[in-house]
Amino acid sequence: MTDRTANPDHAEPRPDEPPVLALRGVRQVFDTPRGDVPAVAGVDLEVRRGQVLCLVGESGCGKTTTARMAAALAGPTSGSVLFRGRDVAEMDRKERAAFRHSVQYIHQDPYASLNPVRTVLSTVSAGLRRHGAVRGRREARRAVTELLERVDLTPAEDYLDKYPHQMSGGQRQRVAVARALAMNPEVIIADESTSMLDVSIRVSLLNTLGRLRDELGVGFLFITHDLAVAKYFAWRGEIAVMYLGRVVEHGPTPQVVNDPQHPYTRALVSAVCEPDPDLAGTRERVRLRSDDIPDLTALPPGCDFHPRCPSYVQGSCDTERPPLVRSHDRLLACHVLTRG
Amino acid sequence: MAVTTASPPAAGVWGSIWQGITRSTSGFVGLCLVLGVLLFSFVGPLFVDPHNPTDVTRIWGPMSSEHWLGTNHEGKDTLTQLVLGGREPIWVGVTAALITVAIAVVLGAVAGYVRGRVDHFLLQLTDITMTIPFIVLMLVIASFYRTSSPLVVSFIIGLVTWPYLMRSIRAQVLTLKEREFIEAARLQDLGTARILLIEVLPNMAGYIFINFIIAITNAIYAVVGMYLLGLLPSTADNWGLMIQQAWDNNAFLLPQAAPFLVAPMVMIMLFQIGLVTMTRSLEQALNPRLRDR
Repeated sequence: MTDRTANPDHAEPRPDEPPVLALRGVRQVFDTPRGDVPAVAGVDLEVRRGQVLCLVGESGCGKTTTARMAAALAGPTSGSVLFRGRDVAEMDRKERAAFRHSVQYIHQDPYASLNPVRTVLSTVSAGLRRHGAVRGRREARRAVTELLERVDLTPAEDYLDKYPHQMSGGQRQRVAVARALAMNPEVIIADESTSMLDVSIRVSLLNTLGRLRDELGVGFLFITHDLAVAKYFAWRGEIAVMYLGRVVEHGPTPQVVNDPQHPYTRALVSAVCEPDPDLAGTRERVRLRSDDIPDLTALPPGCDFHPRCPSYVQGSCDTERPPLVRSHDRLLACHVLTRG
Repeated sequence: MAVTTASPPAAGVWGSIWQGITRSTSGFVGLCLVLGVLLFSFVGPLFVDPHNPTDVTRIWGPMSSEHWLGTNHEGKDTLTQLVLGGREPIWVGVTAALITVAIAVVLGAVAGYVRGRVDHFLLQLTDITMTIPFIVLMLVIASFYRTSSPLVVSFIIGLVTWPYLMRSIRAQVLTLKEREFIEAARLQDLGTARILLIEVLPNMAGYIFINFIIAITNAIYAVVGMYLLGLLPSTADNWGLMIQQAWDNNAFLLPQAAPFLVAPMVMIMLFQIGLVTMTRSLEQALNPRLRDR
């Protein structure tokens, strides 16, 4: 518990070591009465220590399913989730425990993810006690106080004996973060963890998470539908844009946000509200050919986006699915752009 | 019983439970009734002479300063019998309730959480147990063993009545298990036993406790009913036995015999009403969300 502070080799990841968490061609197909729903159709992602990977996309595009597979809360239909280069599905008990501790997950709804009948102290200390990190009540109190201070719940003493219903949404989410931190994780998967919070609280929680990234070297797989949040939190990291279960554009955040290439990303970026009314009028909006998202059970042939795509051209767009290839300093899945 | 240990307002869990109990008037009255009957039945015997001789000159004697509630068909003092007769039904009730709740909670939690084959097997077991006719079983057992003790009776009641509670606990565990905080606990690698004990079950503490109280009332009625039907041997003093004797000796036809018939019924009803009203504020006392209101 004492050496949680900045560790030099945490901050700078060595490129040669395998990423802490990697998804390799993971697919998840849900078997429903309406037919097979390919929620995630082959996604490759990597999360390294101290790095942020932001997964953005609209509702129903498979972000949460991807996150749940990354946390091994759901097994992929095919493909694999690798933890330090080892497939999670093939791990023995001990390796799996190490994976469980190192990869933590923060739920979207802080009202549902905390046990209503347990105090902050017992919620946060449960993992510590179970795994023998602390013994006795006093030690647990001290350790939990440290964790709460780390997530900016101060004065921590005031919160130890509170129940979740006595706290606000932001405070609860901080408790959930503290609980995840108790396991000393290398990667935190945050599934829309700030979307239920007020804007002001959201920024302060993002700052807290950013400090964990910088000081503790925690890597983040950050799921959000909010491009502004992605831009703020993952500025030095990467953004992957998902559409209907596939990554369509993946690259360093400044490039993806400031110079979006894929027509879907361009549409997303142009849909972000502009607070300045003068600028809002002059901004050009990307016009889609259709507003309807295709049904996952009946995907269009070719590129998934072509029925809505403003840059659609006759030819390969509606016959052949574009692969995700390197182009314009990033990964893109678009025939029109990658053809050059 | 757990509530009786909730002594003067102290900080911590017991203190807040005490607060919860005393906040609602009806709950507090219920608690007082229960405590009163418990004192009457467990402390009272220390103050009466257990030697209660038959006196043929005083059959169905009226209420007097010597015999506050008159005498019975054998000339015995009714009040003495009443004081001595409470222990057995209350013990049987509590023991039976403990057994039934313990079985129901353990099996219900395991079936709901583990699912699969275990769940299937346990559900079949409840189906079978539910179809056992309780009264007939008691008849059979009583005819084989004339001397069945109160403990045996409570075991039988406990072993036959658990399936109803088990099913509802299983159903609650099924829903709780899907909640995010249980998933969060699994992400912390807390282990199944610990998740069940410290994450799932405390969320049902109020429900379980209230069902425990209701199980006591049911078991008391069951044992009193069995005495009334003459299924149990007439050994010690017992409220149920008093009612049966009153019935056998046509006490309901004699006005002066009324106390012997009515007194044990009143005691049973007071205790039961006390228990049931007490459960109302227990819900409030055991749920931290309701405690602060």
